[in-house]
Amino acid sequence: MKDLVGLFPYWAVALLMMTGLYIVIAQGNLVKKLIGLGIFQVSVFVLYIAMGVVSGGTPPILETGFVTYSNPLPSVLILTAIVVGVATLAVGLALAVRIRESFGTVEEDELLPLTEPEAPADAEPHA
Amino acid sequence: MIGLLAALAAIAVAVAFMRDLLVVAMLSSIFSFACCALFVLFDAPDVAFTEACIGAGVSTVLTLAALRLTGRQERRSGRPATAIAAMVATVCGLALVYGSLDLPRFGDPRAPANGHVAPHYLTRSEGEIGIPNVVTSVLGSYRGYDTLGETVVVFTAALGVLLLIGGAQARPGKRGEAPARADRDVVLRAIATLFVPMTLFLAPYVQFHGAYSPGGGFQAGAILGGALILYGLVFGVERLNRLVPEAVLRVIATLGVLTYGGTGLVTLALGKGFLDYDAFGTRPVGQQIGLTVIELGVFMTVGAVMTLLFQRFAGRGEA
Repeated sequence: MKDLVGLFPYWAVALLMMTGLYIVIAQGNLVKKLIGLGIFQVSVFVLYIAMGVVSGGTPPILETGFVTYSNPLPSVLILTAIVVGVATLAVGLALAVRIRESFGTVEEDELLPLTEPEAPADAEPHA
Repeated sequence: MIGLLAALAAIAVAVAFMRDLLVVAMLSSIFSFACCALFVLFDAPDVAFTEACIGAGVSTVLTLAALRLTGRQERRSGRPATAIAAMVATVCGLALVYGSLDLPRFGDPRAPANGHVAPHYLTRSEGEIGIPNVVTSVLGSYRGYDTLGETVVVFTAALGVLLLIGGAQARPGKRGEAPARADRDVVLRAIATLFVPMTLFLAPYVQFHGAYSPGGGFQAGAILGGALILYGLVFGVERLNRLVPEAVLRVIATLGVLTYGGTGLVTLALGKGFLDYDAFGTRPVGQQIGLTVIELGVFMTVGAVMTLLFQRFAGRGEA
């Protein structure tokens, strides 16, 4: 059991990820889905950063008197990923705004019937 | 740490069940702030810095601005997908936990992730690049390619937003009434008058001190964008547009990417590899010149794009 304590942070990350995934699948509102995706994304960030931690280490800014530093590589990857994350979020939100302007709703349930081909309705008068 | 992780989980679950999207947006902002605290605990102050500006600040404002256009209430629907989604998430979660059993334990210095190139960066970067913040060295020099790619992605995303909600509106609606509001909110205005200049000053500090302390182009750009967004929020997006017209921001964002990419071409022309800053002089001086230039490019692109995104969302009338 004591051996498993070191895995708790990863399990917490798994819980966060799955909450995000649940929101993305189960909720119909497109903006809510994007927020769920954001939660999923941030939990991946936490996973990366947690992997780079060295116990007894300090942040990777070199200073005399310190020997042990945490891993700088996850920090680099994640800090750029955060900025990219907000940029992609903006694209998603822009899509949602356009969908709302064109169809009057951002609820998936109401959108799906609207996007189905209108062939049956058109076909009847011609037939 | 356990407390923070528990708080994060509680917020995430609350987000799943709340129907008022305004509350959800604020909760996700708090979620980001809790993550910041966690990143500081995990020895990653650079990441915490970025998450605070971007995750808690800019993302939230953009989400709120989008909600104004898409409606704040989520409709309740008896979706059959709920049970399936819960099942998928549970099974995936259990699989992840099972997979985690093989992971090295938290904080293990002998973990494979902490071997390979990380010790090289930590022991050699002082001599090769000559700056104490290893994160900045890796970001700008050792992995300069990646960072160029990320900068281009940010730029491309801004292009996407401009194409999607730029130009004329299909169904022009009533314009936002933000400017008139500024006269009422005296307290907000007084605080903003105090904070906007201070934040504007903080950006160059974070930019140029990024070699010695947490900071750099991404954070400084986000802070600059944040200051301008705060200005736009309090005084109205029209005044922000007059202060920094969108055309100017577009040029700055493009120049940022060109500065970064151009640096690579210059090093090529000087007979070294793409983005090999040794072309600018002997180590570590050449490296430092290269780093300063590309960080400036990142700063310009990120700062301009953040402001541009806000202007686009906030300036759009309701349909």
